[in-house]
Amino acid sequence: MKEVTGIKEIIKPENLAYKRSSVLTDNVFSYCPGCGHGTANRILAEVIEEAGLQSETIGVAPVGCSVLLYEFLDVDIQQAAHGRAPAVATAIKRLLPEKFVFTYQGDGDLAAIGTAETIHACNRGENFLIIFINNGIYGMTGGQMAPTTLEGMKSSTSPYGRDVKIMGNPLKMTDIVATLPGTYFVTRQSVHTPANVKKTKKAMKKAVEYQKLNKGTCFIEIVSNCPSGWRMTPVESNKWMEENMLPFYPLGDLKKPAEV
Amino acid sequence: MAKIRGSIVVNVERCKGCEVCVVSCPTGTIALAKEVNGKGYNFAYPANPELCIGCANCAMVCPDGVITVYKTKI
Amino acid sequence: MERELRLMKGNEAVAEAAIRAGVDAYFGYPITPQTEVIEYLMEAEPYKTTGMVVLQAESEIAAINMVYGGAACGKKVMTSSSSPGISLKQEGISYIAGAELPCLIVNVVRAGPGLGTIQPSQSDYFQSVKGGGHGDYHLIVLAPASVQEMADFVELSFDLAFKYRNPVLILSDGAIGQMMEKVYLNPPKKRATTFPAWATTGKPATRERNIITSLDLDPYAQEIHNQKLQAKYQEIERNEVRFEELNTEDADYLYIAYGTSARICQKGVQIARAEGIKVGLLRPITLYPFPSKRINELAGKVKGILVVEMSAGQMVEDVLLSVNGKIPVSHFGRMGGVIPTPEEVVDSLKSKIIGG
Repeated sequence: MKEVTGIKEIIKPENLAYKRSSVLTDNVFSYCPGCGHGTANRILAEVIEEAGLQSETIGVAPVGCSVLLYEFLDVDIQQAAHGRAPAVATAIKRLLPEKFVFTYQGDGDLAAIGTAETIHACNRGENFLIIFINNGIYGMTGGQMAPTTLEGMKSSTSPYGRDVKIMGNPLKMTDIVATLPGTYFVTRQSVHTPANVKKTKKAMKKAVEYQKLNKGTCFIEIVSNCPSGWRMTPVESNKWMEENMLPFYPLGDLKKPAEV
Repeated sequence: MAKIRGSIVVNVERCKGCEVCVVSCPTGTIALAKEVNGKGYNFAYPANPELCIGCANCAMVCPDGVITVYKTKI
Repeated sequence: MERELRLMKGNEAVAEAAIRAGVDAYFGYPITPQTEVIEYLMEAEPYKTTGMVVLQAESEIAAINMVYGGAACGKKVMTSSSSPGISLKQEGISYIAGAELPCLIVNVVRAGPGLGTIQPSQSDYFQSVKGGGHGDYHLIVLAPASVQEMADFVELSFDLAFKYRNPVLILSDGAIGQMMEKVYLNPPKKRATTFPAWATTGKPATRERNIITSLDLDPYAQEIHNQKLQAKYQEIERNEVRFEELNTEDADYLYIAYGTSARICQKGVQIARAEGIKVGLLRPITLYPFPSKRINELAGKVKGILVVEMSAGQMVEDVLLSVNGKIPVSHFGRMGGVIPTPEEVVDSLKSKIIGG
């Protein structure tokens, strides 16, 4: 049994309302059930497909759960050392300025080891898109504390909850880069409900258009869940995210160009 | 008056039974099956197909892109 | 077209040679004694003439990762630094080697360990030749001994890098980086407009996507990849050994030295010969691949070898391996940034090899 379907008479090519993007490969995502990475990958693929940019795209994958991004997106991709994707992308975009270039990074990659590369690429106003998946935890390595882990949030290296006196406060990287003149469009979105998926897709579409203007870095944070790291079911984790992460990391545009 | 009716196709083997689609469905069309797929996940399926309005909420939130949506006016 | 004659510092010669070789990008960071490389490039503004990107990165780590990104696009890219900065680059270099990317890294060595000092040394031999970064890989390592070689090795490095899809290291030192000598510069070459088939340049419908990675979670596949790398290194060892000999035809004793130490030994050979000591010099030009075969041959003809290097003795270990016990091998060197004198190397030859 490969598929289950609804009313068969409605299933005709002319009635197609939504299908999986052709910019995704056939590979099954290696992400855990319910993980926002999958949704974000899917949306990015749709945006690339709809903009007709598959042959013009070069992506940079991080170290983290999405290290295997190159198995899922059917575009030319480079896998970068942990935290260094903005440096890698800097070279790509400066050497091939007419291509659509993006990095896709998690919270450890972007806000811990890669803090300098993130800030300096944004400070130089490098003309690529940074996609930042913030789930407040290090998923791939088993659920350790991240720079964006909330105060009091438990992880395998903060088993009694993050104590800000010893471990520092959660970092709001998006707010930090929004203060830099080099960033052009900075926004925080999520992908856990259909409405938010639509907003994220809209933000990515804008970022694609803005990259052609060469006016600076586009930065999209996607606040996401980690059912495995947070030790919850996917549905529980989305609810927990809404109740705990979103008040601290509020959704919306932090910086956007004036609409003409 | 024309009604919009939908029909979804779920790729059983790709589905990981995360249930995010079930929560997003406004009409109660989708549920998790009692059976499991080859990986041991209870896959999503249109339990009440006649309720589907083809809004594609389920497909939009699906982290694995397992759902294809069709809709028509009847 | 004729070569142009200039009087330049070693570091400046690297920069000028890079522009003329059609290099696509330089990413670097200031550190003594090689900062002239980026300063020269910034002042020359090659982006206005050849379109060459010149960028001062936020760190040596960022710079080597920029090199990775540019190399993965099939471009000729390079970076330069000095010992502590090269230590920072090691992860990036391992990634570049693992992903089989061509590039040039220049190390203008200063004494260490740690922050050390800014004066010249040769204490990064192990780091350059034996690894430096993690995993089983090799850099092709070229050791210039003059400003001319600093210039010539830039184009040679890219030829080798692209031939083998491997990073190349120019292992220089603070003396050669800073000294001024006559140098003949090649006429400028245009930057390449084509790129290798494996590069990430945006996938057209006519091909599969190109993936640049050094990751493979299947150990059996990873082993095959490692075997492929090893086969490549064996080919490099067969084809790319380079060295120079001075007065070895009738030599009773041999100096082995590279870079600045070779220049000092050159004078040492003169002084010793004037005293009637028949000594010659073998100067490795490639430190990897190492001229083991030739050293083994010479070990059958001479009575002893003195390895002179400004370190506690690193290349001497490879000489010992090459000699394989045939004859005595000893090391002489100064550390901490001190440069030995020709008289010192002659005295050492007498006390450690001849006298012994």
